[in-house]
Amino acid sequence: MADVTHAPAPAAAVHGHGTTTGISNAKLAMWVYLSSDCLLFGGLISTYLLLRHRSVQGLGPADVFDIPFTSVSSFVLQMSSLTMALAVAAITRGDVRRNRVWLLTTAMLGATFIGGQVYEFTTFYREGLGFTTNIFGSAFYTLTGFHGAHVVVGIVMLMSLLMMSFRGNLGPERSDAVEIVGLYWHFVDIVWILIFTIVYLIP
Amino acid sequence: MAIIERPTDTLALPPGATAHNPLGVFARPRAKTGWRGWVSTVDHKKIGIMYGAAALFFFVVGGVEALMIRAQLAAPGQKLMSADLYNQVFTMHGVTMIFLVIMPMGAAFMNYLIPLQIGARDVAFPRLNALSFWTFLAGGIFLNTSWFLGGGPDGGWFAYAPNTGVAFSPSHGMDFYAIGLQITGIASLVGGINLVVTVLNLRAPGMSLMKMPVFTWMSFVTQVLLVFAIPVISVALFLLTFDRLFDANFFDVGQGADPLLWEHLFWIFGHPEVYILILPAFGIVSEIIPVFSRKPIFGYPFMVFSGIAIGFMGWGVWAHHMFASGLGPISVAAFSVSTMFIAVPTGVKILNWMATMWGGKITFTTPMLWAVGLVAMFTIGGLSGVTHAVAPADTQQTDTYYIVAHFHYVIFGGALFGFMGGFYFWWPKVFGYVLNDKVGKVHFWLTLIGFNLTFGPMHILGLQGMSRRIPTYRDGYGFNLWNMVSTIGAFTIAIAMLVFFVNIVRSKRQAADLPPPGPDPWDARSLEWSIQSPTPEHNFDDDPIITRLDDFWHRKYQEDEEGRVVQVATGAEVAMPGDPSRAHLPAPSYWPIFLSAGFPLIGYGLIYNLTLAAIGAAVVLGGIVGWALEPPDDEDLPPHGPDARTDPSGADAAELADPGAGPEAIPPGEGPEPAVAPTGEAVTVGG
Repeated sequence: MADVTHAPAPAAAVHGHGTTTGISNAKLAMWVYLSSDCLLFGGLISTYLLLRHRSVQGLGPADVFDIPFTSVSSFVLQMSSLTMALAVAAITRGDVRRNRVWLLTTAMLGATFIGGQVYEFTTFYREGLGFTTNIFGSAFYTLTGFHGAHVVVGIVMLMSLLMMSFRGNLGPERSDAVEIVGLYWHFVDIVWILIFTIVYLIP
Repeated sequence: MAIIERPTDTLALPPGATAHNPLGVFARPRAKTGWRGWVSTVDHKKIGIMYGAAALFFFVVGGVEALMIRAQLAAPGQKLMSADLYNQVFTMHGVTMIFLVIMPMGAAFMNYLIPLQIGARDVAFPRLNALSFWTFLAGGIFLNTSWFLGGGPDGGWFAYAPNTGVAFSPSHGMDFYAIGLQITGIASLVGGINLVVTVLNLRAPGMSLMKMPVFTWMSFVTQVLLVFAIPVISVALFLLTFDRLFDANFFDVGQGADPLLWEHLFWIFGHPEVYILILPAFGIVSEIIPVFSRKPIFGYPFMVFSGIAIGFMGWGVWAHHMFASGLGPISVAAFSVSTMFIAVPTGVKILNWMATMWGGKITFTTPMLWAVGLVAMFTIGGLSGVTHAVAPADTQQTDTYYIVAHFHYVIFGGALFGFMGGFYFWWPKVFGYVLNDKVGKVHFWLTLIGFNLTFGPMHILGLQGMSRRIPTYRDGYGFNLWNMVSTIGAFTIAIAMLVFFVNIVRSKRQAADLPPPGPDPWDARSLEWSIQSPTPEHNFDDDPIITRLDDFWHRKYQEDEEGRVVQVATGAEVAMPGDPSRAHLPAPSYWPIFLSAGFPLIGYGLIYNLTLAAIGAAVVLGGIVGWALEPPDDEDLPPHGPDARTDPSGADAAELADPGAGPEAIPPGEGPEPAVAPTGEAVTVGG
């Protein structure tokens, strides 16, 4: 969205070729970044696995988790991957209106998930599990908090796309942009599947 | 560092002129000279020069810290520094030399040379490249301000928690360490992504992966290692920061914490980091040795694949740093074997360098001396490294000066020797004058003698049982002589560095009376020598077309009817004349430096006052918005010049604010394929 007045580059035609791999620089950069992010979550998940049962005081996982509630919010987040895919499909077809609808739906579903996380954190805190209460609390809030922050960044990116779309800068020629945000969004959803399984489901 | 006046081209507007921008956001600056030209530059060459200058500055800082250590240890029972200050000085010496000297010095060469060696106009995301540099500099300055704000970090560069918790390290030093390295980590990660994409995506037509120079290959492996290693240290530093500043319990043993957690996280980063330090230097000597042996590199595919093998195996050896921590016999045995095994690809490289020299017409210029120095010194360091792989011996050596001797032989005798050779080798390309060879040889020999005097005796001291990190030692243990020798050696290295700085100034002054070095002063092999010296701002007039490895060499030398290699042209004859008319360069920007200024503000804020952190966060967020909304380019130019591969229009904003929103969103496959399409190969590696 560098400049609203210039049409996208007829670049490849001018110079003879685009990129060496045929994948745009921005998309490749997103792939590389996501591969790096795997290690970030890898480190956090390992830390959680090591520490979750080592608390010497305070509440433990079995005392606070509300599996049915978190299952619903996990379902909401997973459904947002579907709507994200629909948004990408819409813009690739050139259907700007449906693209907006699905982008907005994805962002709303993401926001619902974040709302659920805020509710969950508040409840746990009221029940007596704070960030500093015990080692499980520190590890749990850090891991899920980092994931929540990733979702929030994703929502901001979706809203930016939506803004671009309403200003008329998001046509099918820029489907790559939607696709790149989609890569990020799917990654964050996949990470949640891991976190939900490891943190909530495995006792 | 000297400011290079580049030839004024049609793009250069009067310094400081800015275009009107109706959105109220800064217009893109246009100054290309003066201080504005440096702070707003997105040119990979200027950024490389700034990386080098900053690294040399921090080298002086870290060097002074080293001299303080050696002065303290020159004789037994000295009290030049308190134990507390000594802790801070050796910690900051290690942190500075690793994160603020060797890593940015590697980044200097990689930034400057990768685009030139693959025939590109710039890196994939020029503004992100500037962001990397300024963020690194911000982190380095942030770390060093701890000296004036209650004392430096005092827990060693490895910062073993819980020893670095508030209970044992109550000053703010370790907070500066954790946040400062987090900031330089952002710089490394952004730079890593940028250069990985650059190598994969911006290669000149015909330059398949296996036609890339060895330096570019080793840099690529380095950047991949950075991309995967940085997030692991980020996690460790986040946990430490949360513990120290927000009372989390990650390393509180009383709360059930496991002290091995930090060690594992740190060394999973820390061992790949070792290869991040050394591989660029390996790449540099792989360029220097063939040129001065007048032979192609021996076993190019072996060089490449041994580098890749080091990159992979570097992930499977981290626990050899922890043999003394009680891992259990199975872990120790497994990591012992894997550590011995990683010596194999390194040995392959050393043998290939020697086989390259074997039978060659060797000229011992200064760069060649440094390269041969690396091969010899690194071999010594590598051999002492293999002795650490033997776990029983390692248990004896842990925490002694034997370890200090080992890692200085690989990092100083390896990485730094390589970079010094690189300075002498590429200086004419970067600055347009050759560093004096005689003075350079004095620099080399003084360094070599001083280096071996300093670190050679540490092997003996370590085997005699002298501990690391202890501020002094008692008389009568037999440590006196070798410590004095080591201190004399350290000051010899300091004098050698002075010779280097004098050489830079003196050679610059003498250069006026000498003929310019021309594009190809060493009769070299890779693409950066096929353009004028100093490098024109636009790099290549046209995309070079690559048909084989060492393509530039083959344009100068061909076989005659009898199969003899004869020179058909000089480098100057086949070099590109430096005509900028067909190039379009990315416009400069103030946003990278603006954005990176927010990070240290957040750091100070987290330590002292959260309001300041909020201001810092606002600077970062404002920077991202301004970055994304920045007009793409000079408004009096068409939006896109002929150079499409390096998208100059700000698509790099995508990474931060709005991925892919930039105009480079070209559907794959649009436009004709390059002359020799290396797509399939690249996908294999990229995927």
